[in-house]
Amino acid sequence: MVYLTRKAEFSASHYYHNPDFSPEENRRVFGKCNNPNGHGHNYTLEVTVKGEVNPRSGFVVDLKQLKDVMHREVLDAMDHRFLNKEVPEFLHQIPTTENIAIAIWRRLETKLASAQLHRVRVYETPDLFVDFYGEA
Amino acid sequence: MKAHLSRRYLFSASHRLHSDAMTDAENQVTYGKCNNPYGHGHNYIVEITVSGPVDEKTGMVCNLTDLDGFIEREVLARYDHENLNTLKDFARDVPTTENLCIQIYEILHRGFPHAHLERVRLEETMMNSFEFAGE
Repeated sequence: MVYLTRKAEFSASHYYHNPDFSPEENRRVFGKCNNPNGHGHNYTLEVTVKGEVNPRSGFVVDLKQLKDVMHREVLDAMDHRFLNKEVPEFLHQIPTTENIAIAIWRRLETKLASAQLHRVRVYETPDLFVDFYGEA
Repeated sequence: MKAHLSRRYLFSASHRLHSDAMTDAENQVTYGKCNNPYGHGHNYIVEITVSGPVDEKTGMVCNLTDLDGFIEREVLARYDHENLNTLKDFARDVPTTENLCIQIYEILHRGFPHAHLERVRLEETMMNSFEFAGE
């Protein structure tokens, strides 16, 4: 089994707000992130796939294909967007880094041809990142 | 849905690697430059990984305010701009980055109630890092 990781970057804005919370509760729980006008990050996405090395190609996965899938399924939808308003998953769910990692996993999971998705890592900043392994 | 959240913090500290159980010559051979009696310093980066279910109401594994506050109070306040050899944490153990990594793990393991501690990873320089997951 070999693991292969591909990186990509996207920039997006978001804010944290739960409509079931009072305004005070939203401010207390989410702090600065509750500003309704949103704020932005340069996200780094790392997608790790795993599989056996194909004896004919020497590849775990065709990198071009992986790159295309990441662009089509993730970057086209999220890059330079306001996540709360423009990405369907986040119309009714808070776009925390945790939920972004889960949403990206779901977007990619069924779209990979040969390899199996192992981990989605999303960096919100270089000092904060979330890993999702598809665990329930 | 279970996710892992990792957060990195910076602190600077000095140390000297020297074991009272060894002779001066043995210390010199074992620790080399790090045995310099006056000590030396590093910019440490500590990376904390916690895990847990993503709370449906907040979208979070744990609130970063809780983690940041805990690390500030219990780790950074304790180690930042200190000489590790003078702290009671290292009264017995040599303040290698291995032992420092274990100390930080134990501090979180004992005192941080908001998420499950997976791992502490400690970078001493850009070229070396240590991990402890409680094993």
